[in-house]
Order: sequence, then structure tokens, then C-alpha cells
Amino acid sequence: MTATLVIVEVTDAGVAKSSLEAITFTRTVTEGLDGVLSAVSIGAVPAAARDALASFGVTSLVELVGDIADTYAPAAWAAAVVTLIHELQPQVVAGAGSQRGSEILAHVAAIMDEPLAAQCVALEAGDGGWDLTRIRWGGVLFEDAYFDAERAIVTVAPHHTAAASAASSGQLQVDTRHVVADPDDLTATVQETRQRDGGVSLATAAVVIAGGRGVGSAEGFAELEELAGLLGGAVGCSRVATNNGWRSHNDQVGQTGTRVAPDLYVACGISGATQHWVGCMSAKQILAINTDNEAPLVAKADYAVIGDLHTVLPAIIEEVKARKVG
Amino acid sequence: MHVLVCIKRVPAPGARIVLTEDQTAIDTRHLGFTVSPHEECAVEEAVQINERLGGSTTVLTLGPPEAQEQLRTAMSMGIQRGVLLQTDNPGWDPRATATAITEAVRQIESQHQPFDLILFGTESADAGNYQVGIRVAQALNRPIVSGVKQLSIEDGEIVMHRAVESGFELCRVATPAVAAVMEGLNLPRYPSMRGRLAAKNATIDIIEPQPRSGGLITRRLHHPPQQQSETVVLGTGSEAATAVVDLFERVGLL
Repeated sequence: MTATLVIVEVTDAGVAKSSLEAITFTRTVTEGLDGVLSAVSIGAVPAAARDALASFGVTSLVELVGDIADTYAPAAWAAAVVTLIHELQPQVVAGAGSQRGSEILAHVAAIMDEPLAAQCVALEAGDGGWDLTRIRWGGVLFEDAYFDAERAIVTVAPHHTAAASAASSGQLQVDTRHVVADPDDLTATVQETRQRDGGVSLATAAVVIAGGRGVGSAEGFAELEELAGLLGGAVGCSRVATNNGWRSHNDQVGQTGTRVAPDLYVACGISGATQHWVGCMSAKQILAINTDNEAPLVAKADYAVIGDLHTVLPAIIEEVKARKVG
Repeated sequence: MHVLVCIKRVPAPGARIVLTEDQTAIDTRHLGFTVSPHEECAVEEAVQINERLGGSTTVLTLGPPEAQEQLRTAMSMGIQRGVLLQTDNPGWDPRATATAITEAVRQIESQHQPFDLILFGTESADAGNYQVGIRVAQALNRPIVSGVKQLSIEDGEIVMHRAVESGFELCRVATPAVAAVMEGLNLPRYPSMRGRLAAKNATIDIIEPQPRSGGLITRRLHHPPQQQSETVVLGTGSEAATAVVDLFERVGLL
């Protein structure tokens, strides 16, 4: 019997990290319930990804295949998941709080007219409902809430639960089903995809060199570009830089831009308003370069250099080049 | 084209969020309020569509009487009508909010004309529930695209680009449609003085929404546990370069 059902996102690179986090989160919830942890994917799951699911404690996998798997169609994908929920009657339905996970689960909850708790970091069965903790303001605040719902439909906040495999793993049962979508659910389907032109993706870069007000101009980002190039990283920026037209919004790190989690985040001339902090706080280490030693981001950073970024960055670039030659 | 924009009044915090003594809300005594950023772009988009194609623009929010301030901000940017779903109860969960907005849309459409396009923000800055627009679209049985960062109207259809990690996804939908948009869609204008004056005295329609029970009930807000240690200062000015590049090596970047 299925106690909990997790929607997993699988790409050619395997199970998405945010989905592994969601599985880890849901496995903990499942331990207090009667039944097993099941997963559902839209599209076929390759052997390596199946092994990963098994090692994370997933007992059964339902693959929904057919036309709907060809293109992203959130309403149709959600409708197929709802059919499965009616059949399996899980007590918990979870997915990653990723762009797609958030969208699909919102459709699922809307179709079923059941509540949805987004961006959760903790969940357990409570008195007639559920007790949960979720993030607000992109993660600078936690909200403890009573979730007055028979079934807990939740998304799991990315970067909060560390993905960890199960202590013991068994055989993964796979059930492959062909689904035909209702044409009404295909009216907002992706018709075309365009690849980003080259470069390192901001969301997955190992190092991000980000600039804010202190950079002063669009041209001022040249030094950040050069350092990012030398380190194989991406350039990011604060909302101030976007609003001034210095950088494209696609480079914006923050609550209303991209949330990043690199090994090192270098914040150049960024004071660190809440809006920006929530976009970079999941970085393993933060280095702040700022003229103001009392800037909030300097206080929150692991490392700081006090000084004008236009003096500091050229010196860093010289030093990196020297060591690369040496 | 007839466009409705749904916005939310949210506090505008700086670098630190202070909680009320009973920890159930943000202490807003020393904070201003603003239109949630994604929705500010939705307002701008509606005004631009109206400038190009004519029709009508309406802005709607659910909130306390003070939320008129945010409706007037939108109207000072060029939105023609304002509707407030007025409530003093702060405990509206996203499902209840979506139900009330759906009812209001039906009511407005029956009195005036159907909306060709309804705009939401993908998620609000404060609560971040990621669902109100999708719930309203499902209830009205209209297509919705979320995460929209570029929008155009071609041959009466709404063409939308959604930013994803690998690039862009393009969706083309017939009207009536719904879009949940994100910042980056456009650069919202500053309201003109004339716009401000006109908005100041504009009539705002008040609707009393019926709350719906169940769902999320906030018990307490708190700051996440801090694992913060002291900041290590690597140096001042260009002389810090050696220590910084040592750090790059430790992290494995070189």
C-alpha cells in the first residue's frame, strides 16, 4: 500500500537533485505512516535513475508514458497524477519545490480542490491534520503551520533537506502506463524550446561572481566577467544592477531572480538586502568584497575583503593568472 | 483587449525582518508596503497592452482597507479600474484566496465584459505559495502559463516565454487565458504626477469576499537556525588578492 507518493523529475543526467531532496524528505514522513514510499515520473526512467530511486528507498515507481511525455504540459501532467492519486490514495503527495514541481503540484491541488503547502522543510502527522514548517520570504523566515487537510499535498523547499540514500534499499517495482491526455489539458503546452547561448548556467555554476550597486555601470562588470571566465563560473547580479539596466534579469540572483547554491559565491559591491540574501544563502561559502565593513552581506559572509571592488578584482585576476602559469 | 491584474500588498523589508512579539506576523510598524515585485511587472504589462491595443485594464487585490494604497499605485501607472476584496481577517490561505478571486472574476465579468487575459505573479514575495493563479485558471477552466518572462500578442493569441535553466520554453495560447509572470518581464514605470493625482481620487469597487475554512493555518513565524560564525576578513584592498586566491584553491576552483 502506498503511504506517500513523490513526483520525480528525471532528465538525461539522472534524477534531479531537488527530486532526491524531496524523496529524502518524504521518506522521513513515511516512517511514521502505514505503507510504502512510491514515486511517479512523467516519461520513462532509465536504468541508472531507477537504481538511484531504489537506493533512496523508493519501493514502487509508476512511469507515465505516451504522448504527454513528449512536451511539458503541466495541466495534462497534473491530471495524469490526479488519476494515480485517486487509485493509490496516498496520505502524502510531494514533489520538489522546483519550477516544474511547484507548477505541477499547484495544478494537482487545484484539480482536486485540496490545500497545498508549498516550500516545506518539515512535515508530520498531527491532530486530525498535519504539522509542518515551510519557508517564507524565500527562506529568511520559517512558518510553523497547522495544515488542516486530510491529505498533505506539499512541495519540498530546494536546498533545505540534504539528499541522502536510505539505510537499506530493496527491489524497485516498475509499473509503466500509457496515458492519453485530454485535449483540454493541452492548451498551454510548450511548443518550442530555445537553448541559452553557451556559457555556464548561473543556477548550476560552481562559482558565481556577482555584482551590485558598487559595480557602478554595465561596463564595470567586465572585471567580473573576466574573473568568472578564469574560474569557469557564471556572473550574477543584484536587483539594483538589473533595475539600472546594467545586466539582464536572467543574471539576477535573489528572491525574484535565480536562487543559486555554488561552492563559492563572490559578492562584489552588494550590500545584501533580504531580496538578495535569499538568492545566495544556499552557497557553501560566501566571500563579500565591499568598501563598507558594516554591510549586512559582509556580516553574513564567511569571508570578506574590505575595499573597492575595482581595485580588488584586478589584483585577484593578476594573482589567478600568475598561478595558472606557474 | 480586456486585462485583469491580480496583485498582493506585501511589506517592503530591508536587510532584516523583525517579528511581532507574539511571533505570528512581521512587525510592520516601521516598514512601508509595496506591490509584490512579480506583480508590479504584471501591472506594467497590462498598461502596455492597453496602450498598444486598447480595451480595458482592471487591478484587483484581496486584503485590508489599506490595500487600496497598492491598487492606487497600479492605477497611477495607468490601470483604469480598481477592485478590492476587502477583509480584516489576515488568515486567508491560498485556496481560500483563489476561491474568492474566482468568485469576484465571475461577478465582474457578468456585470462588465469577459477578461481576455488575467495576470498574476508566479508567487508572492512574503508567503510564496506558488498556486493562486493556477487555482483560479483551473476553476475558470482557462489555460495558464507560469514563470512567464516575455509576453506578446500575435493574431489575438498570447505568446509567452518561460525562462528555464537551459533557455526558454515558448507557449502560445488562445484567449481567454491566464498568465503567472515573473520579474524581468519588463521594467515597471514610475507613476507620473498626473497618474498619481488621477489615482488618488479614483473610485475603487469594494467586494466582501467569503472566507473558506481549512488549509494552512499559521501558528508561528521564526528565523531559521543560524549556523553563522564570524566573518573572516582576508584583507583590505588589493593586498587581499593572495588570500582570496588561496581560498579559490581550497574550494577547488584552481
